[in-house]
Amino acid sequence: MSWTWFHKLASPPHFYRIAGRLTPWFGWPAFLLIVIGLYGGLVLAPPDYQQGEGFRILYVHAPSAWMSMFIYSTLAISAGIGLIWRIKLAHAVAAAAAPVGAWFAFLALATGSIWGKPMWGTWWVWDARLTSELILLFLYLGCIALRASIDERDRADRACAVLALVGVVNLPIIHYSVYWWNTLHQGSTITKIGKPSITFDMLWPLLTMIVGFTLYFGAILMTRLRAEVIRRERDATWLREELAR
Amino acid sequence: MNWTEFLAMGGYAKFVWPSFGLTLIVLILNIRAARRLHRTAREQALRRLGTGRTQP
Repeated sequence: MSWTWFHKLASPPHFYRIAGRLTPWFGWPAFLLIVIGLYGGLVLAPPDYQQGEGFRILYVHAPSAWMSMFIYSTLAISAGIGLIWRIKLAHAVAAAAAPVGAWFAFLALATGSIWGKPMWGTWWVWDARLTSELILLFLYLGCIALRASIDERDRADRACAVLALVGVVNLPIIHYSVYWWNTLHQGSTITKIGKPSITFDMLWPLLTMIVGFTLYFGAILMTRLRAEVIRRERDATWLREELAR
Repeated sequence: MNWTEFLAMGGYAKFVWPSFGLTLIVLILNIRAARRLHRTAREQALRRLGTGRTQP
């Protein structure tokens, strides 16, 4: 198998152009899916038999929580690729993804807290699921702060990559926390072994929102990556030609 | 569809709407932040290279 396509993609000038062209292909489907998902979740899905209309917070909470973990996986995998194969673009992906991931971790915690108040009677409990998600937010903030505190780019890249890889241990803890420990948090809705514990009327808007959020992240990542590539390549001749066009 | 009933969310309005509102605000702010980041990086690079419109 030839890897030329990969090296071509990972070359900054080529990637800069591709990322620009890809952005609307992520962005517009994301917009459509989120609009459809919102309509499905807020209007078409039937009320829950226990939580009534209050369960609809699921449609923003679960996709945000999914994104916080998906983005962390993206960050950690790119950081690993950057460390092992010394691909500059991989470190750029890790740098560009961290702030977006932090926002989704914040959203998962905030919407979960708002949901917890009427259903559990409290905004917050120090249980395994909530605490491990809070640690995920701190891991993101740690990655951002560490990068900001090191001037030399290669050292910052490597330090952040190591932190990101150590933090991976938190991902299975978040996922399995509802099974390993006693918790107020409900179990998985979709990935439960066997059948999802949710009817199709409620499930499709959730899946639509999840795919929409993932594509949204794709669009944001492309734009942030272009900025990151410009900053990293500021002395390269290709950039002069590209920006002068 | 009955709008009053829809907005009331079966008594959960003050929990449902802030959740959705906050999420949408964060999504929109992230779009703006990403675009601004790209624009600033571009402008700074152009100034550095001494080409393009932003040349003093």
